Amino acid sequence: MKNNRATALAPSEMIPRSLSLFYIGFLIVLPIVAITAEAFKGGLQNLFHQIALPEGLYALKLTFFLALFLALINIVTGTATAWVLVRYSFPLKTFMNALIDIPFAIPTVVTGIMLVVLYGPNSPIGSFFEKQGIEIIFNKPGIILALLFVTFPFAVRSVQPVLMEMEKDMEEAAQTLGASRATIFFRVILPTLLPSILTGAALSFSRALGEFGSIVIVAGNIPFKTQVASVYIYGEIESANIQSALGTAVVLLFSSFIVLFFLNILQKWSHKHER
Amino acid sequence: MSDEHRCVELTRSRHRIGQWLLLSFVLIWFFILILTPLIGIIKETFSQGIEAVKNSLTTPASMHAFWLTLVITASAVVLNTLFGTILAVVLARQNFKGKLFLESLLDLPFAVSPIVAGFMFILLFGPRGWIGNWFSSLNIKIIYAFPGMLIATLFVTLPFVAREVLPVLREFGPEQEETASTLGASQWQTFWRVTLPSIKWGMAYGVTLTIARSIGEFGAVLVVSGSIINKTQTATLRIHDQFTDFNYAGAFSAALLLAAFSFFLLNIIQCIYKKKGSAST
Repeated sequence: MKNNRATALAPSEMIPRSLSLFYIGFLIVLPIVAITAEAFKGGLQNLFHQIALPEGLYALKLTFFLALFLALINIVTGTATAWVLVRYSFPLKTFMNALIDIPFAIPTVVTGIMLVVLYGPNSPIGSFFEKQGIEIIFNKPGIILALLFVTFPFAVRSVQPVLMEMEKDMEEAAQTLGASRATIFFRVILPTLLPSILTGAALSFSRALGEFGSIVIVAGNIPFKTQVASVYIYGEIESANIQSALGTAVVLLFSSFIVLFFLNILQKWSHKHER
Repeated sequence: MSDEHRCVELTRSRHRIGQWLLLSFVLIWFFILILTPLIGIIKETFSQGIEAVKNSLTTPASMHAFWLTLVITASAVVLNTLFGTILAVVLARQNFKGKLFLESLLDLPFAVSPIVAGFMFILLFGPRGWIGNWFSSLNIKIIYAFPGMLIATLFVTLPFVAREVLPVLREFGPEQEETASTLGASQWQTFWRVTLPSIKWGMAYGVTLTIARSIGEFGAVLVVSGSIINKTQTATLRIHDQFTDFNYAGAFSAALLLAAFSFFLLNIIQCIYKKKGSAST
């Protein structure tokens, strides 16, 4: 990132640029370099060994599985919600539209506590399900509920603006030409919405991979049952098992790089659609 | 709404049923997912009586936790607004090698798990860490102390202001700034009189998001703070602590207070969003 003509720059350009590079370098680059270097320090074989420890590996698998499952649910519910908010009018629509963002504003710990209050074993709903033999809190359904809550805005807000800008004339033209509703949906609407739907799914997926606060409260953190990767890493740090924490952390970190890369591609793709 | 006047009556009514089904599905989903948890915590907190709520919120440990959250949030807002704006200006107005790379780095804090973020700072600033080693020889504690908690919060909230200001600057373009400086305005004057007024709503939006995230941050701060009562325990850490100690009255009331504040912030966010929208058009 070095600039050859750095010395020739005016101070009004030079100072803000150096400050920016310093801030990003100090807060983002240096920590990532540190964790990567520490993880690879013991050699690749050691790193793989740490990643493959049964408890950590189970946590990773569970995390990826739940994140994928959640992203798939969000594709359907997020798109449906965005559709209803843009195309329909019904009482309390503005109220609902405003509340979509509430999961962004509410602390994740509070989310976890709200879900325990509502679905915990002592609550009416929780005890009802318990009698049916279904455990929500301290089990996987609770984790899914927490993830659905915290990622809901991503799923809706990625699709909503695109749907708002989408002109109805294409659909009307297709209809006049005799296309069925299904054909219009799959051939006209879906291709335009697809990049934004996938963006919402990728954002949800990435958030689900790293989510901690709500899950640590809701999941009970039982190894080989409800312990997700972030909670596993936290436990390993607390018990000073830095090596195993590093292994799992590096997998999470590199996965978020990949998702970010994918999101960049999606963004370019949707810009192409605009033109 | 339904605009197909030419539609055959039959398909029209089938379409209506479909619309109703979709609308009910979305409303039920929204009710179960978002509304019931909010209603649940309000009911549960006040079932213990207002006195109990007040008592648990005003214990010294709770007051200290709220105070610490406030100080960290204020510091994070100041630093990240300053550096975030500088970053946005540099990314929008300058050209240099590696600029695109710098911009993509900016999004990383959103993608990285808060636990991994906290862990990275332990590796760097912990007593045996890369930089912490040096600081501990000077007897300065970063991890399990205020500086570490601030750094972790700075990391998770870094993108907000920069990401909100950057698109505004790009859309607004450098023409007016160039005109101002041709007319003899100093760079400082140009920034205060031309650039700042155009980005202020974007900044305000980024600041509210920074506040919301700083108050709510849990994972990253938990890892670097050690959650020591009356020392390094923020409001969210206190809620977690009370919850794991089965002090539900305390946990619920503090959680409700934070939730209520998030509601308030959300309103501000929506207002600013509208202002921002009307300013740019």
